[in-house]
Amino acid sequence: MFVALRDLVFARGRFALMIVTVVLITALVGLVSGLTVGLGRANTSAVDALPADRLAFAAPASGEGISFADSAVDESQWRRWAEQPGVRSAAPLGIAMTRLGVGERTTAAAAFGVEPDGPLAPKALAPGTVVLSRPLADDLDVGVGARLTVGADTSLTVAAVVSGSSYSHAPVAWTTLADWQPLRPGPQRGGPHATVIALDLAGAHTSAADRAIGTKTTSIDDARSAIGSFTAENGSLQLMRGFLFAISALVVGAFFTVWTIQRAGDVAVLKALGAPTGYLLRDALGQAFVVLLVGTALGTGAAALFGAVAPAGVPFVVDASTTLFPAAVLILLGMVGAALAIRRVTAIDPHTALNNTR
Amino acid sequence: MNTGTGEPVKHSAKRSERHPERHPMHPTHPSPGLELADVTLTYPDGESRLTALDRVSLRVPPGTLTAVVGPSGSGKSSLLAVAATLTRPDEGRVLIAGADAATLSAAERARLRRTTIGIVFQQPNLLASLTCVEQLQVMAHLAGRSARRARDRALDLLDRVDLAKHAEHRPHRLSGGQRQRVNIARALMNEPSVLLVDEPTSALDHERGAAIVALLAELTRADGTATVLVTHDHSHLPYVDHASELIDGRLNALATHPDAMTH
Repeated sequence: MFVALRDLVFARGRFALMIVTVVLITALVGLVSGLTVGLGRANTSAVDALPADRLAFAAPASGEGISFADSAVDESQWRRWAEQPGVRSAAPLGIAMTRLGVGERTTAAAAFGVEPDGPLAPKALAPGTVVLSRPLADDLDVGVGARLTVGADTSLTVAAVVSGSSYSHAPVAWTTLADWQPLRPGPQRGGPHATVIALDLAGAHTSAADRAIGTKTTSIDDARSAIGSFTAENGSLQLMRGFLFAISALVVGAFFTVWTIQRAGDVAVLKALGAPTGYLLRDALGQAFVVLLVGTALGTGAAALFGAVAPAGVPFVVDASTTLFPAAVLILLGMVGAALAIRRVTAIDPHTALNNTR
Repeated sequence: MNTGTGEPVKHSAKRSERHPERHPMHPTHPSPGLELADVTLTYPDGESRLTALDRVSLRVPPGTLTAVVGPSGSGKSSLLAVAATLTRPDEGRVLIAGADAATLSAAERARLRRTTIGIVFQQPNLLASLTCVEQLQVMAHLAGRSARRARDRALDLLDRVDLAKHAEHRPHRLSGGQRQRVNIARALMNEPSVLLVDEPTSALDHERGAAIVALLAELTRADGTATVLVTHDHSHLPYVDHASELIDGRLNALATHPDAMTH
């Protein structure tokens, strides 16, 4: 890096421009990454937190995928699942988007209906009560003991306020499955119904049971794709992130292509003086690495700073997956772009140093 | 055969005795300087081939300065490129430090250039980002030498070419003559046994050109290098030990100036 480091200082204007570009791209990738994870959590945190191994959806029609919006299971199905060997528990879970109201105040919520004595129920949940996520209690300005309206005309008492979890961007309100029934009309078969069955398994094989019971079982991770808003948002944001990664590699590659062409004369001189090609490649790649390291460090810092000062309601997450991981990918792809540009060093003929007229 | 043969060696094997590690391929032999034997080099020219060097032979003993003069297009640059191992000849041998460079791989020839051959380019070809002392230090860095000793030697060399006070200046702050002296000092940095000099005065006025050639002659004798000076300028001949003329790729010995300033 003898020449490379001195080039960085000497041509600091050009390299500063490149570093600023990397900083901006990295900051943008960091912001998109933070938002992707933040929005994802706003969609799925309540599902992710379920104390279950897998979720059983109503078997979708041929050619269609599973969907929380379309799934409906009845009591016979969760009872049959509970009887399957290797199943520790099979708890029905009803999910419906609704509104909560206190007087004139209303707010959107995801109503999660569970059996009050089942494994999914939060503490203090009892018939005729509701357990609120903290954002709902704050929005409605209510506490334990307050009466509120759930849906059109169901009146419930707040039994507890728990830490926030959300589903499809709405904070969750926990009710008993019986109180939840009016919020989402089920199949016209009579008896209670739910949206999915949360399974706690001890090594059971689910395929045969799925076929027999008329369900489709999936992992909690895969169940995220059954939330319509998550699939649409996450797909768009991941596409943006992918494009930014590709753009960063192209920008870095383009810069180092021009830079390598500009210093072709110097490279020819160094080769004529006996510099091994490997030495020159290491020198140039080391230079690219310094540019990328400084640029991504500053850009990641900027994104993390945004996360730190963003208002509480902004769904933005700062962790290793939204900072270190994208920074590492940017450095890796940038190095690939730089390597493709710098490989032309191998083709520079040292003989040209004799005829240089610089 | 076209021959330019050097006279008896005046500073025999001085370099090899002081720096036996300079000749890794034949470490126990004294430096034989530079020898081209029956070298032929051709280039493609349409459907035929143009002969740039026609069975050229040249022996340059250590501690002597040999000039190769000739008009433009005579093959001087080709001769220098072959001697510098930048071009492999079609035929003949290029003996440097006892090894036939014409048979070496590209990597081995690069190692020879950074350890045994010094090249003074026609244009100084200094790296814009490096100070004068760094222009020399990079040579030691390429050869894997200690940085502290390299800086001491670089400063010593700059002092020898009267540029000590410009050690920390970058090339844009130097005059043409000063740049050329850095070019010379850089070529000497790794204590080469062969020094190849390509038209070093082409961009300088007569007075500064003469000073550069006088400096080369002095350094050649002091360091015991086998130096080849390629030039079109006959006014440099008083400074050299031997001279040959290259015309249309053929080399013929010239009588050196009777009042040569080299003895």
